[in-house]
Amino acid sequence: MMEIGLNHYLVLSTILFAIGLVGVMRRKNILLLFFATEILLNSVNIAFAAISHYYGDLTGQMFAFFVIAIAASEVAVGLGLLIVWYKRHGNIDLDNLSTMKG
Amino acid sequence: MFEAIAFYLFAFLTIAMFFIVVTTSQALYALSALAAGMIFISAFFFILGADFLGAIQIIVYTGAVMALYAFGMMFFDTTRSVKEKQGNKFIVVGMSAVAAILVVLIFSAPMISTNMTAFYPSVAGAGNTQEVGMVLFTKYLIPFELAAVMLLVAMVSGIVLAGKKMDASLTLMNAQEIAEMKNETINKVNT
Repeated sequence: MMEIGLNHYLVLSTILFAIGLVGVMRRKNILLLFFATEILLNSVNIAFAAISHYYGDLTGQMFAFFVIAIAASEVAVGLGLLIVWYKRHGNIDLDNLSTMKG
Repeated sequence: MFEAIAFYLFAFLTIAMFFIVVTTSQALYALSALAAGMIFISAFFFILGADFLGAIQIIVYTGAVMALYAFGMMFFDTTRSVKEKQGNKFIVVGMSAVAAILVVLIFSAPMISTNMTAFYPSVAGAGNTQEVGMVLFTKYLIPFELAAVMLLVAMVSGIVLAGKKMDASLTLMNAQEIAEMKNETINKVNT
């Protein structure tokens, strides 16, 4: 209980990942869907850093850096697309994104 | 002892903050709770001895990503409460839990095998930032450069996508010109 091991961090990462998945599944607003995606990426980062620490290997931290870089570029491109969509249609709900449904 | 107290405190705070993010109906609450959760996550990195990663987490996530979201939210109508998808809640929660456990199993499956050795073991007498620099600029140099190019592409695409009509300054135009520009945009959308 008092000794914090790798499993503690993996369990925490699982809980955060589950919270993020709940967010992805139940949100309709695309902006809040992006927030849930950030939670997913962060929970994986915790798992990477914990594995890196408990095995004395720096590869986990390297991957966490690249995950952060990808998250930053995802936000830049996604928010740009979202602004264009909002200017054209006036809302950012997922239901209105089905224009290619036929 | 101290580590355990810190771990449980920050675990509770992080879970609470992210729970607020996915459950609240106000986008502004979600934004502030997400920023707080990012800061609390950096505490785990400091506990784990990954100082540089923790600093990067605060700078990039709370400084850049959250500021970008806050900036982007000015374009959207965020004051009205957000509509939710009406589905079976038990199915959603159950599927999320199953998927998360699956992810952790995928992660931990190679670790259970016994022949696990450190690929790039940490160097004695060097701080975390120094070690990260040594590995990043030798073994991971090409991915690092590729990440730099990717960030450049993302920056250009962000400017191109969001920066339309930004050559016209609203503060230097008079009211008539602004109304004309507004009508023009509305006509373009309608046609």
